[in-house]
Amino acid sequence: MTDTSETHVPEPEGAQPSAARADAGLESASGKALLRFLTCGSVDDGKSTLIGRLLYDTQLIHEDQLSALERDSRRHGTTGEELDLALLVDGLQAEREQGITIDVAYRFFATPRRAFIVADTPGHEQYTRNMATGASNCQAAVILVDARKGVLTQTRRHSYICALLGIKHVVLAVNKIDLAEFSAARFHQIVADYLGFAAALKFTSITSIPLSARYGDNVVHRSRRIGWYEGPTLIEQLETLDVGEGLDDKPLRFPVQWVNRPNADFRGFSGTVASGVVRPGDPVVVAVSGRESKVQRIVTADGDLPEARAGDAVTLTLADEVDIARGDVLAHAQARPEVVDQFAAQVLWMVEEPMLPGRSYLLRIGTCYVPARVTSLKHKIDVNTLEHIAAKTLGLNEIGFCNLVTASPVALDAYEENRATGAFVLIDRFTHATVGAGMISFGLRRATNIHRQALLIDKSARVRLNGHRPAVLWFTGLSGSGKSTIANIVERELHAQGAHTYMLDGDNVRHGLNRDLGFTDADRVENIRRVGEVARLFVDAGVIVLCSFISPFRAERNMVRELVDAGEFIEIFVDTPLDECRRRDPKGLYARALEGKIRNFTGIDSPYEPPENPELVLVPSPLGAEEEARRVLEQLKVRRIIV
Amino acid sequence: MDDTTASARVPRRAPLSPHLRRLESESIGIIREVAAEFRNPVMLYSIGKDSGVMLHLALKAFYPGKPPFPLLHIDTTWKFREMIRFRDQISARHGVKLLVHTNPEGLARGIDPISSGSKLHTQVMKTEALKQALDKWQFDAAFGGARRDEEQSRAKERVFSFRSPGHVWDPRNQRPELWNLYNTRINAGETIRVFPLSNWTELDVWQYTRAEGIPVVPLYFAAPRPVIERDGQLIMRDDERMPLKPGEREQVRMVRFRSLGCYPLTAAIESRATTIDAIIEEMLLMRTSERSGRLIDGDEAASMEKKKRDGYF
Repeated sequence: MTDTSETHVPEPEGAQPSAARADAGLESASGKALLRFLTCGSVDDGKSTLIGRLLYDTQLIHEDQLSALERDSRRHGTTGEELDLALLVDGLQAEREQGITIDVAYRFFATPRRAFIVADTPGHEQYTRNMATGASNCQAAVILVDARKGVLTQTRRHSYICALLGIKHVVLAVNKIDLAEFSAARFHQIVADYLGFAAALKFTSITSIPLSARYGDNVVHRSRRIGWYEGPTLIEQLETLDVGEGLDDKPLRFPVQWVNRPNADFRGFSGTVASGVVRPGDPVVVAVSGRESKVQRIVTADGDLPEARAGDAVTLTLADEVDIARGDVLAHAQARPEVVDQFAAQVLWMVEEPMLPGRSYLLRIGTCYVPARVTSLKHKIDVNTLEHIAAKTLGLNEIGFCNLVTASPVALDAYEENRATGAFVLIDRFTHATVGAGMISFGLRRATNIHRQALLIDKSARVRLNGHRPAVLWFTGLSGSGKSTIANIVERELHAQGAHTYMLDGDNVRHGLNRDLGFTDADRVENIRRVGEVARLFVDAGVIVLCSFISPFRAERNMVRELVDAGEFIEIFVDTPLDECRRRDPKGLYARALEGKIRNFTGIDSPYEPPENPELVLVPSPLGAEEEARRVLEQLKVRRIIV
Repeated sequence: MDDTTASARVPRRAPLSPHLRRLESESIGIIREVAAEFRNPVMLYSIGKDSGVMLHLALKAFYPGKPPFPLLHIDTTWKFREMIRFRDQISARHGVKLLVHTNPEGLARGIDPISSGSKLHTQVMKTEALKQALDKWQFDAAFGGARRDEEQSRAKERVFSFRSPGHVWDPRNQRPELWNLYNTRINAGETIRVFPLSNWTELDVWQYTRAEGIPVVPLYFAAPRPVIERDGQLIMRDDERMPLKPGEREQVRMVRFRSLGCYPLTAAIESRATTIDAIIEEMLLMRTSERSGRLIDGDEAASMEKKKRDGYF
């Protein structure tokens, strides 16, 4: 590396000349296993500088990038006349301007011994989700500590997140040792502090190294300024770290990704072996359905294979015509994954809008998407102290231990056993944003032992006797919009016609069934969930059930819609403007809410999400509630609920 | 089955290293994921070495079937003639459907890389043209061959990268991407750009190309070619549309291209590398990065991030 006239790259005093690494890429790429690691540490611990140093000293920086770096160092740099190596990795404009790392950046470098992908992750607490993202695909973590500051709250948080995401190998990089007079005593004190804390996290290995990213001591080049240290340099440690995950030795898990049917003669199941080994002739079982068959061929474009191992993307053909679709998991019969519809997991929440127990999300595990709900949040975890805290919801960057239920059974393993079949993400069903990430602790057997009782009289038999079809008439709208008034008239008319009806009213239900619930977002979701389940039972009994609930969230109304058959849910949006509701204020609630005496009041300090495609919209009629009720009855005839 | 499809196989020249095998499997998994989850995907085909690898992976991913999506080339009309010849041969050889789109308004306005400037040309003939094509055919997912090692803002790109209606990329608000659990769900009007080569480096691409015997445009190999020297860069005048400036004259030099684009915007390097092995060797000694020959990247500070926000790949 030639020095330039304007800036110079600091080298460790007495650094030994590096061997030519020009052939690094060729050799490492031709045989050595790749290592994916992440760097984490507090705001100014020098993560980006360390990665810049690794790239620079392994000669992965090209001349044109170097001249861009010189330009940028003068503009944004924080290191005076020297090159600011951190600018090599802070890629987004906002990051360069603010001198911080916001998003995960992936960097690639290689030495003669190994190829590396490093995830540079942000240190601020508000970017915990980005750090977890980086960690999810890594086998090792380099945790930076500023030698002057020692182990900080953030060091603990980062270590905990690494452990949570299943990282087993840690390098504790005690950085800026030059600013602590290269003190051995200081180094050993920090290491002792760290080991004391990290014992609970059960890492397989922790290697501590004193170094200076800015000057390059003990990063790639061994430093003579830290003569008392005899352990490996950072690069030596990373090159030799054995991260054998033993994926080949674990039970076979083959999540079917795509059914390959190019013509009538070929039916193959494409996917990537998540763990284990599969060979032609192996008996396999479809985890959820329990159907069995034998592997016939392992098909690839390079010819059939005698075996496929973890990580191989292949196409399997089976001996029998078995019904298999994307989302199914193939396994060996004697070592099957758990098949459950309830499980316990650690969930990391990744968006501003809080996680609400009871709300329906889309869960992705392996290649399978399935609707799921959090049934209970046992506790959340203070990521700084690891204390358990009672909570009803999870906010952005919070981690909680939850029970979840899925709409149908899924095949899974504990995350600790198998990352591929033990990890899931949660997706918002409306925006489709990725809102949560989860690591499964264990399946809950409770669900599997409650078998549904087969019944002799079913819904269609009741419909024949009743002479009308059952339905849920769901009245939604602001408080005071007239929901209950209209619903009462509709019920009166239906009753007069001889229809079987029942009224579930928000206020009444809250006096009994839902007496234990308040008005927080989480309680509102649970309130509607219970009402939905009750409404479903009435529908099954053949009854027209009228539900009058503010029900402010689309997600929950949609959840109830999915509980009953198509055409049975009739959403009636009582669209009375807020000003009109406030004017009416039949129970004096708006007045009290505006005085601040009622919190979380819909329309005042809690949102109302109007329906997107309601079956009926009722705007206030000059003819009054009787006219609005008439329109509802008209709809029921159009929809052939009643004749 | 074996007999009828054997001829479609690519003869393997060298066994894949574990590293390349892992990259190959990861990319095949990504490509299959798109086929399984999207209604109408398309693969951007830029004719370069990365596109060549991506197409090769797609052919392998769906074997013994064919990729269930077409290729799309955004033709600025300023590509090297050899590239266009190569493109047509490749789509014919593999029997893969190739769509070509050129921005008709840009053509009518006479936008060109020389008098309009590289910035306007790229905006109109590449970025706008791409958005037009995605809208025209209603594609909901588009594969691109971009790699994270190419450029700083690409280092932060997701494998499944969300675009809001209008093809807008918001780097500050990307979907978190954990494990390989890609979020493939979108609403109407939204699209996803998918980058199966995210974790490949330039070296990986060349080593894989060698190992798998993937054909590449001959412009990557050194040959005597007529070039002019302009602003310190060597430019090959591929046709008469590029006027010579006073004092410029064509001279035959032994040159090759590290990356391929519009010929007036793509600088050659002097090289004697006439084989893939020689290219790999040369690259390992090279002191400039791959995109340094791309005249468009230097247009302004953080120029790639800005172009990507506008909808560029």
